[in-house]
Amino acid sequence: METKAFQKIYTKISQITKATCSLKATNIGYEEMAIVHGRLAQVVKIVGENVTLQIFSGTEGIPTNAEVLFLGRPPVLKVGEELSGRFFNAYGDPIDGGPEIDGEERQIGGPSVNPVRRLQPSEFIPTGIAGIDLNNALVTGQKIPFFADPDQPFNQVMAMVALRADADKIILGGMGLTNDDYLYYKNVFDNAGALDRIISFVNTTENPPVERLLVPDMALTAAEYFAVDKNQKVLVLLTDMTLYADALSIVSNRMDQIPSKDSMPGSLYSDLAKIYEKAVQFPDGGSITIIAVTTLSGGDITHAIPDNTGYITEGQLFLRKDTDIGKVIVDPFRSLSRLKQLVIGKKTRADHPQVMNAAIRLYADAANAKTKLENGFDLTDYDERTLKFAKDYSEKLLAIDVNIEVDAMLTACWNLFDKYFKPAEVGIKQEFVDKYWPKN
Amino acid sequence: MEKTNNMTTGKVAGIIANLVFVEVDGPVHQNEICYINLGGIKLMAEIIKVMGTQAYVQVFESTRGLKINDTVEFTGHMLEVTLGPGILSKNFDGLQNDLDKMMGVFLKRGEQTNPLEDDKLWEFKPLAKPGDVVIAGSWLGEVKENWMPHKIMVPFKFEGKYTVKSVITEGNYKINDTIAVVNDAKGKEINITMVQKWPVKVPIKAYKEKPRPFKLLETGVRVIDTLNPIAEGGTGFIPGPFGTGKTVLQHAISKQAEADMIIVAACGERANEVVEIFTEFPELDDPRTGRKLMERTTIIANTSNMPVAAREASVYTAMTIGEYYRAMGLKVLMLADSTSRWAQALREMSNRMEELPGQDAFPMDLPAIISNFYSRAGFVYLNNGASGSITFIGTVSPAGGNLKEPVTESTKKAARCFYALSQQRADSKRYPAIDPLDSYSKYAEYPEVIEYFVKNIEPEWPQKITLARDILIRGREVAEQINILGDDGVPIDYHERFWKAEVIDFVILQQDAFDKVDASCPMDRQKYMLSSVLDIYKTKFSFETFEEVGSFFKRVINQMKQMNYSEFKSEKFNKNEKELNTIIDERKTA
Repeated sequence: METKAFQKIYTKISQITKATCSLKATNIGYEEMAIVHGRLAQVVKIVGENVTLQIFSGTEGIPTNAEVLFLGRPPVLKVGEELSGRFFNAYGDPIDGGPEIDGEERQIGGPSVNPVRRLQPSEFIPTGIAGIDLNNALVTGQKIPFFADPDQPFNQVMAMVALRADADKIILGGMGLTNDDYLYYKNVFDNAGALDRIISFVNTTENPPVERLLVPDMALTAAEYFAVDKNQKVLVLLTDMTLYADALSIVSNRMDQIPSKDSMPGSLYSDLAKIYEKAVQFPDGGSITIIAVTTLSGGDITHAIPDNTGYITEGQLFLRKDTDIGKVIVDPFRSLSRLKQLVIGKKTRADHPQVMNAAIRLYADAANAKTKLENGFDLTDYDERTLKFAKDYSEKLLAIDVNIEVDAMLTACWNLFDKYFKPAEVGIKQEFVDKYWPKN
Repeated sequence: MEKTNNMTTGKVAGIIANLVFVEVDGPVHQNEICYINLGGIKLMAEIIKVMGTQAYVQVFESTRGLKINDTVEFTGHMLEVTLGPGILSKNFDGLQNDLDKMMGVFLKRGEQTNPLEDDKLWEFKPLAKPGDVVIAGSWLGEVKENWMPHKIMVPFKFEGKYTVKSVITEGNYKINDTIAVVNDAKGKEINITMVQKWPVKVPIKAYKEKPRPFKLLETGVRVIDTLNPIAEGGTGFIPGPFGTGKTVLQHAISKQAEADMIIVAACGERANEVVEIFTEFPELDDPRTGRKLMERTTIIANTSNMPVAAREASVYTAMTIGEYYRAMGLKVLMLADSTSRWAQALREMSNRMEELPGQDAFPMDLPAIISNFYSRAGFVYLNNGASGSITFIGTVSPAGGNLKEPVTESTKKAARCFYALSQQRADSKRYPAIDPLDSYSKYAEYPEVIEYFVKNIEPEWPQKITLARDILIRGREVAEQINILGDDGVPIDYHERFWKAEVIDFVILQQDAFDKVDASCPMDRQKYMLSSVLDIYKTKFSFETFEEVGSFFKRVINQMKQMNYSEFKSEKFNKNEKELNTIIDERKTA
């Protein structure tokens, strides 16, 4: 950040709080960036001559006579092909020891796509994980989070999805990542030999929390560059959005805003929507798909963060440990991909939707049978069969270590139907039963 | 020199996100629209509070880069929409900019586009003649908009009586051509074109009376039409936690409902959902007219990533357009998804203005704002005796799925139909997830609506509905007992009762919105299927064990679902019905 000759330096700070400081200045643009005592800051409020700046890394040690320099522009990211394979901090500065990016400056948090210029997402993203592909198929241009408890292996699953998905670029936005998880991602991507198509913007737990607020916008600005300028398929991974929202609440609290539900700012919905809605299918082939992680506290999805997220994203994925088979599965009941209808049975085999629903219904019957069993009731023959089916289904299809093609998943389902049930119990359209029910 | 209202200008004095303080040099009025000049870009804004010489304005766009002392021009009017032929099939943003006319993939700040086409020729036919006495809303002529007769009316802003001096002859004209000249009471001549403007926050009242709704509005969704019917000109709302199918249900209604015109206000929701409408509606056929669905549809899209302040405007813009078409004697159906996002926009602004908050930090007057809005719907008799209606269905996205939150509570007081989406039904994939028993329709209790059913569906219809509800209630009770006592802890006829309720659930309540045939179920078919399931209910069966009951009724349900998937009274349908009868005969006791 070089200073330019004509820039005016202010040295009189009138107010300092934990996250902001205020001073008198003129000709300042809203959301303009500034450097306060060597730290990056952004204008969040102007009343008359009084300008309030949010200091991303906190105000500890800032003196009232600190040098304040306004940069005359909102936050920007330098974009170019050279971003590939690089690691950056929340400000877009390299942290991997490599050279500065020499590219075009783009404002982050730019305008929205005109809805009439969007294309309906229609391209299936196979991941090989049946709990996703079979029951919750992902589509380019979709935005979907994992709702996970902190102890669940969401980072591993996400890395797996990222590497298996057919994407031109994978952009990781890490917010409050532990250093261990950061190194995990780095290793996994490195070992897969995929580093050249991966770009990372990382804020670890070692960095100040407010800096996180810049990470999604940085990641998505890079994503828009590749999706719009280069017509590429971009997959953006954002983890952990709960920590992002926590940073929002810190800022709003320090700006004396009235909190709404769960101490979150009243604008949480719009703030999250601004990020997630960057997921888009462009007409020229480029697309941005967002897979995020929202950690839950005690599995509570009514908390403001997962709740607002659920209203914004196109579904959500839940992981659960299935104690019967001792593996982590993608929960078929609570997981949902809202865009799956656009591809299943269209880009995949025609029996896909019905097979998916039938299997889940039988799995639900098994859950009822299990409750009966736990309550000490006798099981019917049908109950017994659903239980056996559920175990096989969980093991062969729902477990996250499954890696097969969609057709194989469907065949596996038909085989399980045949093994345990009669066609009338499965309730699938006759034409599919005629065609796919295994003939012994 | 005295300034007139529309010459007032001002300067930016403070900026907090999209709330801007403007120091003004003349008179301004509450809700006046102004434009802030940001380096050549004009940002539209609305006055929401005035303190001394400072106007507090909410800006409909991002204020990034705005500076103190940037200039502001006031317009002298409130937020207005442009009404005239050409609104149908359009995709507008919340401020009625035509989205298709905007250049580029990304929305540009300050870009404004003409909502109508100034150069398009419309085939005009006069309806009024010289000497006619007319008032605001009187029909002067009509043009064909897509396939619909679009009435050209005396502008709603006109007060009192006017006498028609001349109406232009039949022919092709542009919207800004004078199509009629009228004289006011003092004899002054006034030219009327096909276009008029109206402030969105003010209801259009160009009608004679607004009776209680009394006709059924068919939506093609069985659980609504049969069990919780909505009346033409009625109001309803759909609250539900995320993932329970609010939007799928609204889309289904918008595709099938028997309305002349559909307005979809996508307010603060997902952009891809609007894209779904953009993509599908131009392709889908309107079952009644055979024309494309898009021809009767107008979309107001203010998705969640578009400016927050325009969310509020978008629902008012949609309602005003609805009122305009209602005044032509048309049946309008308006859907808003979701009104919670609009309430949240109000909350964000109230918070920035540091107003004392009500519950959950929503503004105190939220209930009043919501009921005021719902009251703009309704069935009306126009001054010329024709009737028109706006049926309004809004969705509500309750935080945490809690129906006790302020937006749901306020809406419950305003809307007459309540379609509760149940998480439990959604989890077990019983779609649409409308809980048949928690939901209600006040209209079903109106004597005039009951009379309509008796006359237009069948005399026993009201009793049949009550019976169906009773069966469902008893089925639910029995299900609980079976859960507690176990399958063999209850008599076999309890199982029969449970499964007879399941038949109604699977055959009537559940409906496959993604199946071509099942998606829309016309009333005669609903009548037929309800009779069928009630016949099964009334039939006596004999069973030895409870296992037999379950497997028997599963076959019945499967067979009836196949019927739902087949064209009504088609060969396939009849064949399935025959097989159903064979199954029933197996267990029927004489």
